[in-house]
Amino acid sequence: MAELSKNDEREATPNVSEVDVVDAHSETEAVAAVEAPVDRGEPILQIRGLKKHFPLTQGILFKRQVGAVKAVDGVSFDLYQGETLGIVGESGCGKSTVAKLLMNLEQATAGEIFYKGQDITRLSGRALKAVRRNIQMVFQDPYTSLNPRMTVGDIIGEPFDIHPEVAPKGDRRRKVQELLDVVGLNPEYVNRYPHQFSGGQRQRIGIARGLALNPEVIICDEPVSALDVSVQAQVINLMEKLQDEFDLSYIFIAHDLSIVRHISDRVGVMYLGKVVEIGSDEQIYDHPTHPYTQALLSAVPQPDPEAREHRERIILTGDVPSPANPPSGCSFRTRCWKAEARCAEETPLLAVPQRFQGGDTPANHESACHFAEEKDVVHAA
Amino acid sequence: MTIIEDTAPVPAPGGSGDAPLLEVRDLHVEFHTREGVVKAVNGVNYNVHAGETLAVLGESGSGKSVTAQAIMGILDMPPARIPQGEILFRGQDMLKMSAEERRKIRGRKIAMIFQDALSSLNPVLSVGYQLGEMFRVHQGLSKKEAKAKAVELMDRVKIPAAAARVDDFPHQFSGGMRQRIMIAMALALEPDLIIADEPTTALDVTVQAQVMDLLAELQREYNMGLILITHDLGVVADVADKIAVMYAGRIVERAPVHELYKRPAHPYTRGLLDSIPRLDQKGQELYAIKGLPPNLLRIPSGCAFNPRCPKAQDVCRTDVPPLYEVTEPDGTPLAGRNSACHFWKETIHG
Amino acid sequence: MPELTTKTADDPVVATAVNAPAAKPEKTRSMWGDAWQDLRGNWVFVVSAVLIVLLIVMAAFPGLFTNADPNDKDLTHYLQHPNYGHFFSADWLGYDGQGRSVYARAIHGTRASLLVGAGTTLVVTLFGGLIGMLSGYFGGWLDAVLSRVTDMFFGIPFLLGAMVMLNSFTDRTIWVVIGALAFLGWTQTARVMRGSVITIKQADYVQAAKALGAGTSRILFRHVLPNAVAPVIVVATISLGVYIGAEATLSFLGLGLNGVSWGNDISDGGNQIRVAQYIMLYPSIMLSITVLAFIMLGEAVRNALDPKMR
Repeated sequence: MAELSKNDEREATPNVSEVDVVDAHSETEAVAAVEAPVDRGEPILQIRGLKKHFPLTQGILFKRQVGAVKAVDGVSFDLYQGETLGIVGESGCGKSTVAKLLMNLEQATAGEIFYKGQDITRLSGRALKAVRRNIQMVFQDPYTSLNPRMTVGDIIGEPFDIHPEVAPKGDRRRKVQELLDVVGLNPEYVNRYPHQFSGGQRQRIGIARGLALNPEVIICDEPVSALDVSVQAQVINLMEKLQDEFDLSYIFIAHDLSIVRHISDRVGVMYLGKVVEIGSDEQIYDHPTHPYTQALLSAVPQPDPEAREHRERIILTGDVPSPANPPSGCSFRTRCWKAEARCAEETPLLAVPQRFQGGDTPANHESACHFAEEKDVVHAA
Repeated sequence: MTIIEDTAPVPAPGGSGDAPLLEVRDLHVEFHTREGVVKAVNGVNYNVHAGETLAVLGESGSGKSVTAQAIMGILDMPPARIPQGEILFRGQDMLKMSAEERRKIRGRKIAMIFQDALSSLNPVLSVGYQLGEMFRVHQGLSKKEAKAKAVELMDRVKIPAAAARVDDFPHQFSGGMRQRIMIAMALALEPDLIIADEPTTALDVTVQAQVMDLLAELQREYNMGLILITHDLGVVADVADKIAVMYAGRIVERAPVHELYKRPAHPYTRGLLDSIPRLDQKGQELYAIKGLPPNLLRIPSGCAFNPRCPKAQDVCRTDVPPLYEVTEPDGTPLAGRNSACHFWKETIHG
Repeated sequence: MPELTTKTADDPVVATAVNAPAAKPEKTRSMWGDAWQDLRGNWVFVVSAVLIVLLIVMAAFPGLFTNADPNDKDLTHYLQHPNYGHFFSADWLGYDGQGRSVYARAIHGTRASLLVGAGTTLVVTLFGGLIGMLSGYFGGWLDAVLSRVTDMFFGIPFLLGAMVMLNSFTDRTIWVVIGALAFLGWTQTARVMRGSVITIKQADYVQAAKALGAGTSRILFRHVLPNAVAPVIVVATISLGVYIGAEATLSFLGLGLNGVSWGNDISDGGNQIRVAQYIMLYPSIMLSITVLAFIMLGEAVRNALDPKMR
């Protein structure tokens, strides 16, 4: 545990002992740990007590902190090798900040992200570079995530410039063309510029860039929400195909609950910086126990006009509270129809509710509600 | 097989048998750009009755929004041009009216709700002032009366503590609340027709449901016609009475909402329905419509959908399909159903 | 449609590739390529570019246009009026109060003006651009300090500051004038660059490069700079004309270059404006055309680089 004790000023996390920390004294060992394969079904990413608070400051030259936006406020989950974990939630729930933290694009305020047992929030140098190579990202907006001044060949080849050990120089052009072929684009397009492509094709280019370094984990932040309906299906199918082909693990962040169900093995629901419910796709969609999940699912318009008379709609009142000033106790209580005094005093923990523990029921999954109960809102009565 | 110019109106709640409120006939809109003429709308026909909701469904570039802008008279001309077509509001062609006459209809008789509420509201004026402006300008009310009316409207669209918030500025409201204010503004003069262009696309799911509910409720109350422009098959299924599906500036299918989802009569509609994942079951691999939406500078000859259509034959590459009247296999006409597919019979019955 | 891949045609993915918006493979154009296409068809650009090329040739090879020496004083020609029939000869546009050929001086003055304009623009763009880039990209205290320094310089009235500085030099060579103008002129470029960099550094493709593990220099020079530079180039082109005008103004006030320069000639001509208007007229026309040409070029480039103007 030599690595961990170096940073004592950080908040201690209760779950640390659960994680199998590899004893890595040197950078070389950390690199070796990161490069080692993980068996299918074993955790590849473990997130523990992750927090990101953005300070709110006043003053121009002499800034003083007047508060904090708690964008991510204590998130813990695992990603298993070969699976797709969907993360859903409304805007401002912190799901995109989680993606940035996982990519090391933002510094966590507290908490750990273990990649194969190595806490990547504390790695640097060669070990961090090795992690970066193995965790890649696909961005939401294919119109802004590609540099307009670079050719497609340069965009997809850039990962090799940064990590030259992956592909020898003479081999790069061929590799880039292979990648274009893999994502279903004509390999002769290497000299074109992004603006010559449509949204769906650009997203394929973004995916090719993400695949270039042969990563093990890909974080997808709303990868299809900017695309037309008829093109969304093409990209989703491509991503599923690539997952099988390259044995990838996905974290799939989206607000479209139908797409998340389609692609995910497990789903986590976020609200105001916290995961409120997590489980398999069937557990979450067909047997949700958290009232927020139930409201969210019931609000999704379904492409079935017959269902509109039969389906029960839970229409929430009000808006999501500001993450700068979240409610005490359960953060959903201000919009919840079940809220009681207890909800304001006691923060519900993300755990399997006591009444469902050990039971052979799909409700036996983690849900952060004092009054968790099963309710199917998706299927028409 | 009968080819028709325009369909008989679909019997609609509250509007059955009457003349339509709005009728678009053979509308063409083109844009003159450096690269050439972009044919955004190529002969669109549709109509709406009072109390009826018409959903215009299409992807980006299908011409659904341009048609709406042409109806509102808010297209920038140039570069836009309307070479052909009629837009009849209560039987009168708005394209032949003077600018002054059209201005009187806009806002008073036909109002529009946009996707982006924040950029549609003036950031330096309070929402109360902006709502009251409608009454001051159109009805000559005093400042005080106008403000009272604004509060009343905000109550109408269920903005909590309306009286206290009437002097707030747009940025002080959340996205859902701002969209309510936009709806309030559209409703201010009790128009006959509302055109809502992707009104909930920018909103979160739970807020989306609130806003759509509100819109449907107010429509019933005022017996307004509603044209809902959207790409979301879920939203359409929730609120529409009838649907017009657009592709490359044309209507490819028209149908009452239940019929369309049950038995699509155009391969594009069928493809769209098959390509969206379901919330209530875990599907297999999604059906994907191959290829890309067409470039409007070079719309494919014949049926614009033919390069992406799994059933395309030679005739599809040469002949533009008219809007056929769709019937049962025995020839019984299906009210309000049309399909612009040479092989609609095979598509709907096969 | 040419067969572009070897896959079977019913593969949806192949269809995607074949239906690409620009199906002609030779049509590989960057944003600059697009801008160039736009510029070629723009008469404002064509006219200004032709003028500028002509002026550059004039500055580099004045001997191509006149054989007369601009400093050759011959009092026998004292205030000799133009002889408009003698195209391109020394007496074409007449002689000034010291018996020097106005035509030769108008041609030879080009070099000084263009050198001052181009030199100042180069220094200003490099220095101001660097300050703006550092300030915009790194932000924080560095930005706070650099921005305040920029504001301080911005507060100095441009011409007054230049006059005060040049007044302390007796030997005002081209380099001294460039130095003085650049010292006071870099702030606008720095501000434009800073704003542009701040916008670009938040772009997703910069985030994407960071996510790949790219270093600061790669991000700056490969992603931020190429995208942030367009507005700076527009400012540079327009201000090139402005600096030429400023040099002339300073020379007119007796604080500009020592030697042949339009500003000096305009100043001299001003003394004889009642008897010989032509002495002032021709350098003024040259100056106006030059300044106008660069400002027109700047406008044309701005429109070509801004997709919203299309």
